[in-house]
Amino acid sequence: MSTPCSISSGSSSFFNKISQKDGGQYAQPSFAITISKQKQASRKIVSIMTPQTSERKPSTTGSVKTGMTMTEKIFSRASEKSHLIPGENVWVNVDTLMTHDVCGPGAIGVFKKEFGNNAKVWDREKIVIIPDHYIFTSDERANRNVDILRDFSNEQNIKYFYDITDRGNFKANPDYKGVCHIALAQEGHCRPGEILLGTDSHTCTAGAFGQFATGIGNTDAGFVLGTGKLLLKVPPTLRFVMDGEMPDYLLAKDLILQIIGEISVSGATYKAMEFVGTTVESLSMEERMTLCNMVVEAGGKNGIVPADATTFKYLEDKTSMPYEPVYSDDQARFLSEYRIDVTKLEPLVAKPHSPDNRALARECKDVKLDRVYIGSCTGGKTEDFLAAARVFLASGGNGKVKVPTFIVPATQKVWMDLYTLPVPGSGGKTCSQIFEQAGCDSPRSPSCGACVGGPLDNYARMNEPQVCLSTTNRNFPGRMGHKAGQIYLASPYTAAASALTGFVTDPRVFLH
Amino acid sequence: MAAAASLANPTTFASSLPRGHHHQASASVSTFSFSNSRKQRSFKSLISQSILASNSPVACHTSIVSAATSDSSSSGSATSFHGLCYVVGDNIDTDQIIPAEYLTLVPSKPDEYKKLGSYALIGLPASYETRFVEPGEYQSKYSIIIGGDNFGCGSSREHAPVALGAAGVAAVVAESYARIFFRNSVATGEVYPLESEGRICEECKTGDTVTIELAQSLLINHTTGKEYKLKPIGDAGPVIEAGGIFAYARKAGMIPA
Repeated sequence: MSTPCSISSGSSSFFNKISQKDGGQYAQPSFAITISKQKQASRKIVSIMTPQTSERKPSTTGSVKTGMTMTEKIFSRASEKSHLIPGENVWVNVDTLMTHDVCGPGAIGVFKKEFGNNAKVWDREKIVIIPDHYIFTSDERANRNVDILRDFSNEQNIKYFYDITDRGNFKANPDYKGVCHIALAQEGHCRPGEILLGTDSHTCTAGAFGQFATGIGNTDAGFVLGTGKLLLKVPPTLRFVMDGEMPDYLLAKDLILQIIGEISVSGATYKAMEFVGTTVESLSMEERMTLCNMVVEAGGKNGIVPADATTFKYLEDKTSMPYEPVYSDDQARFLSEYRIDVTKLEPLVAKPHSPDNRALARECKDVKLDRVYIGSCTGGKTEDFLAAARVFLASGGNGKVKVPTFIVPATQKVWMDLYTLPVPGSGGKTCSQIFEQAGCDSPRSPSCGACVGGPLDNYARMNEPQVCLSTTNRNFPGRMGHKAGQIYLASPYTAAASALTGFVTDPRVFLH
Repeated sequence: MAAAASLANPTTFASSLPRGHHHQASASVSTFSFSNSRKQRSFKSLISQSILASNSPVACHTSIVSAATSDSSSSGSATSFHGLCYVVGDNIDTDQIIPAEYLTLVPSKPDEYKKLGSYALIGLPASYETRFVEPGEYQSKYSIIIGGDNFGCGSSREHAPVALGAAGVAAVVAESYARIFFRNSVATGEVYPLESEGRICEECKTGDTVTIELAQSLLINHTTGKEYKLKPIGDAGPVIEAGGIFAYARKAGMIPA
């Protein structure tokens, strides 16, 4: 496994783990007793003023109530239990189930086999089906899989099926969406306090909205399709407190690479990762999504950011569904708390072949690249491309990319933004104009594309053993196509800077 | 399905048991159980049998089926696996278990399920000199995988445990698992995800003959003569025993039988 010794020792001064792991604390009754004494005192007064009229179970009276984290509260509401502790297995009611063309057909197969050919899904309005992985390909089976989704959606009258109808020459129907996790957010399916399950590990992206969101397999998804419920274990929470003003050469990608490098690719296995602090409060929704997107790379079950004015503003024109945010109690128990002084961080990369193989971008300046890829649910959002454009602009306007640079917007909406939104400080130029001037490949139609490898004819798939710097989320062997390919994960700033030099490059080279 | 092939290769009995299609498989599994000693039954047969029992109460309960069900209820999981092991390292991610280009295969389609098996662990880097599945084969001669930390990390693709199961793997023994892989293994009943107490992957070699005794939570390496303690399967046991999440939920009355 990777242990970036020099980096982690250097970083320990601003990355402090506050409380040590204490696995047994939840089982300790002493804590619960202390709290319950306080609660009993206040309950007496209440009962004098308003006599109890209906029977209450002991668990709702507050006498056994202790503080809960926001993840525990979401589980509690979804399982209709007043109080839960980590480790409990509960049946939760699912608010939204998302599936796509890679795992949807299998999930549908399980549903049909287990519930019968004529069975109906539990709620046609709570299922979101988004073909996004293998879209612009001549692979017959890939295209058949999209047909399976379409047939099922028609048969079940699925309300939110975002179809792809035109597959020629990388062109799509206007209402095609693209990468599911970003489309879910843009279409208003991500809402605070809810439970979102998806047949994709990066479903955790939606934790940015203060909801519980996690990836599940086909069989579990088949079960949810039929029942709307799933048995889930309540995860303990790791809390990451990030404070300080974000330096203008860092992006959320650097923050999450820092964290994964610190706790390793299995450091959060089975656990929730809660992100708080002044830095997190200052992040836009898209940046919060980047943060939560990669928690699965640390093994995390879910990532979560408390909903605030930024969240509500984003949701304003996207959903009319009522939602109820929840927040961690002051007395909530966290397995560990990490504090990060963001002002001291530097641009990072994750070196091959593990997302926790952290290094400073400037330390890798001698790594020669063959290509740069900007796209995916992690690094293919509008703000990611605006960030890349900012670096190209800062290069003086004449900077040309030295290696093939592929641009794959996450969704059709992002694609439109690249062609319409003026980049700040550019005198009205769009991202696409700036990218074209820099010599990038023209923005391609949205899909998971080369991030996941996929069929051999996928655009920008790594079919040679090359070295790629990418804004995506994984760099395991073979991830983007070729087994012997080497992938460096980095922020869009670092990606654009590296494209301009042909080597891994700290974006401060251009931004300062 | 795979029953015929398996009989020709009795040492890797685990690969002989049909997987993933419990309903169709039950008949052939019972037959197969008859022709083998009790020791050689894998958990797979228990799963099929318990589905059989819960789904069709009128189905004939042969002595071996009742024995299997009573075994499992009394001692947890009275099962053992025996075969050759294939040894891998830490952080074997789902791209290495089944690369994305093969994900167009849909596990719920029997012919594609079979094909998934032929690609199991094909994403391992060239440093692994021994192939897990020989070219042209659908199944592996290794029925037990021994790994290190964080086995199955990465994607939520259920194709990963399915590919291993389809290739004939009965159990994976790793130091730890990524959450979704573990969950998918249990939900599908494809492979038994067992945890070792230490780093067995550094003491076993690909091709060693091993036996796993579930009831004693023990792995015996016959090639080296060493024994290793495994962690009990715990909460996942009842779900696997019932035959995956569907059978478990039917048993518990969550969904109609």
